[in-house]
Amino acid sequence: MSREVFRTEVRQWLEVNCPASCRGSDNILPDIVWGGRQQVFEHPDVERWINALVEIGWTVPSWPVPYGGAGLTDDEVTILSEEMKKIGTYSPLFSYGMSMLAPALLEFATEEQKEEHLPRIASGEIRWCQGYSEPGAGSDLASLQCRAVRRGEEYIVNGQKIWTSSADKSDWIFCLVRTAIDAPKHEGISFLLIDMASPGVTTRPIELISGASPFCETFFDEARVPVANRVHDENLGWTVAKALLAHERTMLSASNRRSKVATTGRALLQVARDALGAEQGILPDDNLRAEIAQVQMDRLCYETLHRMNTEARNSGRGMGPESSMFKLYLSELNQRTSDLRQRLNGHESLVWAGEDLDPQEATMTRQWLYGKAATILGGTSEIQLNIIAKRVLGLPDQEVR
Amino acid sequence: MSLLLTVEQLLLKESAAGFAQDRRDMRALRTRRANAGSPHFDHNLWREMVSLGWAAVPFEEEFGGLGLGYAELGIIMEELGRHLVMSPMLSSVVMYGGLVSLAGSEQQKADRLPAIAAGERLGSFAYLESARHTGIGDSPITTTLEKTAVGYRLSGSKQCVLDGGVADEFVVLARNVGDDDAKGMSLVLVPAGVEGLKVSNNLLIDGRSVANISFDALVIESHWLLGQALESAPVADRVLDLAAVALSAEMLGGIQSVFDMTLEYLKVREQFGAKVGSFQALKHRAARWFCEVELSRAVVLDALRAIDHGTDGVSAIASACKARLSDTYDLSGKEGIQMHGGIGVTDEHDVGLFMKHGRVTELLLGDSRYHRLKFAIANGY
Repeated sequence: MSREVFRTEVRQWLEVNCPASCRGSDNILPDIVWGGRQQVFEHPDVERWINALVEIGWTVPSWPVPYGGAGLTDDEVTILSEEMKKIGTYSPLFSYGMSMLAPALLEFATEEQKEEHLPRIASGEIRWCQGYSEPGAGSDLASLQCRAVRRGEEYIVNGQKIWTSSADKSDWIFCLVRTAIDAPKHEGISFLLIDMASPGVTTRPIELISGASPFCETFFDEARVPVANRVHDENLGWTVAKALLAHERTMLSASNRRSKVATTGRALLQVARDALGAEQGILPDDNLRAEIAQVQMDRLCYETLHRMNTEARNSGRGMGPESSMFKLYLSELNQRTSDLRQRLNGHESLVWAGEDLDPQEATMTRQWLYGKAATILGGTSEIQLNIIAKRVLGLPDQEVR
Repeated sequence: MSLLLTVEQLLLKESAAGFAQDRRDMRALRTRRANAGSPHFDHNLWREMVSLGWAAVPFEEEFGGLGLGYAELGIIMEELGRHLVMSPMLSSVVMYGGLVSLAGSEQQKADRLPAIAAGERLGSFAYLESARHTGIGDSPITTTLEKTAVGYRLSGSKQCVLDGGVADEFVVLARNVGDDDAKGMSLVLVPAGVEGLKVSNNLLIDGRSVANISFDALVIESHWLLGQALESAPVADRVLDLAAVALSAEMLGGIQSVFDMTLEYLKVREQFGAKVGSFQALKHRAARWFCEVELSRAVVLDALRAIDHGTDGVSAIASACKARLSDTYDLSGKEGIQMHGGIGVTDEHDVGLFMKHGRVTELLLGDSRYHRLKFAIANGY
């Protein structure tokens, strides 16, 4: 189909299927609809819009049709997002199932597993969470101890996972478990898909320095998991885990994925002008002007590099495991930006509660605090530097003596 | 606009890379420092570059140019920078040629551009009057162009005129006085060798030559005024932006060289019975440095394309570019030497040559402090 024909079809379909309330700059769409069995829609139009998208496969337009996608080419996906952008809409359905698990399933899962899980991710029926870290296995993830012992056609799982984002709202968990204890640590790990409704699976939310958080602890006490739910071979789970971690870094480095995310509260420059006073927009403090310019210039550079990388990948001139570079740089840049904004805002950025609390400012303060996690989750900055040094620069491993 | 090189650009890159690598001559760079009167660059080498068409890249075809863009010019500059090959590309092609292209009358362009594009005529932009780079609008220019009964008179002095010792002509930025109708700035063409023009040459730490020039009531003929208008500040600012981006492309090549040679060293140098590149203290620094190099590459490409596409806000992008490249070359000079250890501070090793050129390019056309504030102004704060 020619590009123009496809574009026309997209336009016509959007005209018919996208509710008016879900379009334009003041649309009612939430930044993200996570899906899952606990999903509640605040407005019926959002549900209608998502159902229409699911029906035609456009929540995951590039996936094959049998797995809930529409089998679109890269070019067609670009046209689709351009046309959506034109009328101020987007597909709000997003999940860790979509961005992290699905690419790993497409690479490693059996046909039965793909057919069972991918369409339910595409439609938002099932919400997934990630069971990777443990209290004793953070940066050294491969030292994880959560045990899965094979008994007939089942694994019996015992142990604890931590930082399982939104585990309390999720239906299934993809999990790294230890299936061999006398093997080298990377070679005794398996990748299991576990229904969180199984007996013996419980969760508990974690409060962070920013207050309530999506993070949870998840406990497994004699939980029974069918062997058919193991992805890839027994003890080869680390291969799946690494591929999935790269997808996670890519997800974390896709800046401005949603148009509205970046615009909560007053932007950096406006905060500076309000706090310092400005004559015809010019700030009176050269040090602060330079600091603001630095973060803005850094973002310009970052976004250009990210775009270059995407273009290179799409045209087959791939550049390797740069997802670590993007994850590292964006998380630190966001922290610097948020840090500067809060400092510019002076004591107003310190208010936690009280009669004069400005809800938007309080949100920014909590986001600043929550942002401290960005350089830790998904692999700390130090781990990303290790990956760049090893995989991109080819520097030798340190000899352990 | 795509950020990937086209097939033609890839070919140009390959040919420029081969040429620059082949003509790389660090020994010549070292020996020339013994003599402050050394030629500014190798004239035979310059003629070779000219025969490849490099001097003609940015000019319109009707004036003997190739009608190509900054994307192509940037590719050439990057490869020259990678091997520290010296040429008058920046001083004469980008700045002198740029000023004549943008501000010159048809006659002035016809008289000069074909010769500039053919590498036969060299020129340089004399704008700076203080130790640190300043923009045209915010600098107190004391060189004056005074209207007299019969014509004009030019008085004052200029510093750090790139390749000034071999220029056939200078474009001098001057403040208009004595004419109530024109309060602004003028660009004045001053031929080398005219009575009352003094040129003194200086060799910089990296082997480049710059001149300080002065004029004492120099009689200016009216056809020496570049273009018709006596308000030339915007043209001058524009050329400084173009030059900052072209220089940034050159810097990118040098930065990449320092990074590559240091990375190689980390993989072969052994201490404590291990390759020093296996130590995490160095690995992490190398990885961060790598990120800076990649970000620098991205912003150079973005700025070159912004010029070619006439994107809004080119001036801001040019500043983001020069600021980052200045900081990254500074980082590269420091890390390059430190990670090489003792050998890094010997004259025998190339890393020091790059570090010194890095410092020169960092301060030329504005360092990162200058460009951060220029970026802020361009964005209205």
